[in-house]
Amino acid sequence: MDTLRLWFEIHQLHERYVAALDNDQLEAWPQFFTEDCLYEIIPRENEDAGLPIGIIYCDSRNMLEDRVTSLRNANIFEEHSYRHMTSGLVITPLDENSVEAQSSYVVVQTKQDGESSVYQTGRYFDLMVNTDDGWHFRQRRVVYDTSRVQTLLATPI
Amino acid sequence: MNMIAETQQSEIKAKPIVMFPRTDGSRVPYGVFSSDEVYELEQERIFRGPTWSFLGLEAEILKPGDYKSTFIGDTPVVMTRAEDGSLAAWVNRCAHRGAQVCRTARGNASSHTCVYHQWSFDSCGNLQGVPFRRGQKGMSGMPKDFDPKSHSLRQLRIDSYRGLVFATFSDSVVSLHDYIGAEMRPWLDRIFHKPIVYLGCTRQYSKSNWKLYLENVKDPYHASLLHLFHTTFNIFRVGMKARSIPDATHGLHSIITATKNQVETSAAYKDQGITSFDEGFKLKDPSILGQIQEFEEMTTNHIQPIFPQLVVQQIHNTLVARQLLAIGPSNFELIFHFFGYEDDTPELRAMRIKQANLVGPAGYISMEDTEATELVQRGTIRDATTSSVIEMSKDNPDQQDTLITENLIRKFWVGYQKLMGF
Repeated sequence: MDTLRLWFEIHQLHERYVAALDNDQLEAWPQFFTEDCLYEIIPRENEDAGLPIGIIYCDSRNMLEDRVTSLRNANIFEEHSYRHMTSGLVITPLDENSVEAQSSYVVVQTKQDGESSVYQTGRYFDLMVNTDDGWHFRQRRVVYDTSRVQTLLATPI
Repeated sequence: MNMIAETQQSEIKAKPIVMFPRTDGSRVPYGVFSSDEVYELEQERIFRGPTWSFLGLEAEILKPGDYKSTFIGDTPVVMTRAEDGSLAAWVNRCAHRGAQVCRTARGNASSHTCVYHQWSFDSCGNLQGVPFRRGQKGMSGMPKDFDPKSHSLRQLRIDSYRGLVFATFSDSVVSLHDYIGAEMRPWLDRIFHKPIVYLGCTRQYSKSNWKLYLENVKDPYHASLLHLFHTTFNIFRVGMKARSIPDATHGLHSIITATKNQVETSAAYKDQGITSFDEGFKLKDPSILGQIQEFEEMTTNHIQPIFPQLVVQQIHNTLVARQLLAIGPSNFELIFHFFGYEDDTPELRAMRIKQANLVGPAGYISMEDTEATELVQRGTIRDATTSSVIEMSKDNPDQQDTLITENLIRKFWVGYQKLMGF
């Protein structure tokens, strides 16, 4: 398969992922992952120092679904929306059905008072696999630069 | 100046910054959460007063030369490990012209050099070198009587209690051991009973006053009502064995524990009609709520503020030293220092990493805390002389086996008033 087509397919996966998070389709979010997966959000200062602690760590799709259930029914936070801007997608094919990728993101958050501000910037480190059902994340590691999380983080990145 | 103007001025001076309408800590004027004057006085009477402020863990600076930049109140300070293995802390302000000497968050260095004129200091803050001190090629240097020994960085008293590093500006405050006190020490001993390993930190920034967070960690009443994760997924029960113990000397430190009961009592919530109870929700992956027994008593929660900058936390298998930093009257930062023990099994270490999901800025059972403190900040900003109402279990001030209490908050405010002279 030519590189252009592969890049385009991966780019599409990323775009659909962002569209789900930015348009309040949280329930669709776990479906971008394989059943056995890793999703984590970790500050860059820990990543660079080789320290394991992050703010979200899910090692199964079930855990992602639990996050959504908790956000919808248990956790209390101010209503807000995100707009993800992503760039710099570079892919490295591992074999026919698996690809590694890196990209940058900026998330602009809008809260109830009507102000929008840069909420977080960072990088995605991804491992994607091609299944019968198309490309899915086996790993999505979100390494954020904005080490001071403003107030709280509810909606995933 | 005429007589009338003089009288007016002295009246203004005599007027207290804030007035606590009662002495029992049950009424707190909202002005303490937003006043610049209160904040300025806190820097002097609390952070530079007779208290010990938490700086970090010894486990963060293990090797000689290791250092970390941090704060006491809003004063930048650096904690270091000296060549001989001892601890040191100094104000991060050059003895020459006041520039910040250390410009990085963490690192290792045998000396610290100010970039402005390259005055250099050892790990303990002693002045070691001044460029051109003796001049050069006929140009004169520093005066002959210039004594490097009297131009060290401002060095602070520093001590460690079982690996928790504290420092103070005060020459008169009691020893750290006595400052922590007889009620609190056994609970710190419980957590810090063997060597720990630092696992990383997360940071949360809140647009609210730092004391609102201290109220929050002394407030077991809110736990099952604000944090609905517990009840939504049937984790926390009112029937748990509980403790709410204040420091007996000044009331500024405290400990709250909750311990699993063998008997399940979900009926207790239903009976009271609390909306957060919902039998319908089940975790699809309950591994996050496991708890590997590692202490004699199976506490699910151990929340222990050591005034003014530390909260020690054990929630399930997460172990955290939270550092609370005041940043102006309307902002604070929380830095969650996660740790485990050197002898953690791989299973236990994996559990600590997974359960980091429970706490911190995205924590299932903690993310609401800063939301709540910001709601108070926004709600009270214009009403400095109106007071909060802190009455829960006031008729039973010595009861400690309860989570339905605001006793620790009242004790805290009594201690605060005394320290501040309010």
